[in-house]
Amino acid sequence: MSTEAVKLLSVAVAISVGAIAPALGIGMIGSKAVEALGRNPEAESAIRTTMILALAFAEAIAIYALVVALILKFA
Amino acid sequence: MPKISIKAEIIFHLFGLAITNSMIASAIVFLLTVFVALYFKHQSTLKRKGNFYYLIKFFVKSIYDLFYSVLGNKTNVFFPLLFAFFFYILLENWFGLLPGVGSLLIKVTEGHEEVFVPLLRGNNADLNTTLALALISVLSIQFFSIKYLGIKKYLHKFFNFADPISFFVGILDILSEFSKILSFAFRLFGNIFAGEVLLTIVAFLVPVLASFPFIALEIFVGFVQALVFSMLTAVFISGAIAEHH
Repeated sequence: MSTEAVKLLSVAVAISVGAIAPALGIGMIGSKAVEALGRNPEAESAIRTTMILALAFAEAIAIYALVVALILKFA
Repeated sequence: MPKISIKAEIIFHLFGLAITNSMIASAIVFLLTVFVALYFKHQSTLKRKGNFYYLIKFFVKSIYDLFYSVLGNKTNVFFPLLFAFFFYILLENWFGLLPGVGSLLIKVTEGHEEVFVPLLRGNNADLNTTLALALISVLSIQFFSIKYLGIKKYLHKFFNFADPISFFVGILDILSEFSKILSFAFRLFGNIFAGEVLLTIVAFLVPVLASFPFIALEIFVGFVQALVFSMLTAVFISGAIAEHH
């Protein structure tokens, strides 16, 4: 394989493998937040704030993978 | 394929300091922020206030209530810093979505050849900006921690020789303070830069209309990232000023 091909493959592997765990995590956060909302509808604003914070943490992992992939691709 | 550059391009040199396109954009956004703040201040002294005043006030009030749920009765102390973070990052993110930012090109000489680079660049799509914001945020967390706990308790949090476990926990705490800088910087940079790349690629694939939902998405992402940055700072501050047992 040429260097260029390996580079492209590594970009694809970096983002696709790196997105698996955050995807599962975000799904769990969303489902649990909806569950909590169903049990206690009055706590909507508190749940929403906490959920967005947790989402940001989970999403950050995917963003790290994305940054690595973008650096590999464009730099 | 359109050319995508991961670092900001140098437009010209001013007394040996390289002025990049993202620095020009940040200067514009900074002036805009100051202008909005001064205009708001001016409006608040008038008898008949304009719609602009009530719009900004609505914003400030909603964000204040959000921070109040995290910081409680200490909100007034930290609110200026947190809202400055929020408002500046929000304007930066939305400024990067305006037509012309990234598409107006200017001719510069790079080495020996002349190249076309964008005159303006979405400010948070430059790692230097987000790193600076992250440093300000983490340093102010340390500052408030020392101010509220005292230097002795602050150091005790990181250097605890009571037993081996707390010693290693202290080392991990030191590491986590440094990783906060990285995670703040990369989260903001990654989100906004990924948005720019997405918009460029979509506009390249389908020139007409297809960009619209993605622009709407980016407006939302810009808001959420500004909120997350200031909210995380608030959460870390509230953790840093709390007494440990």
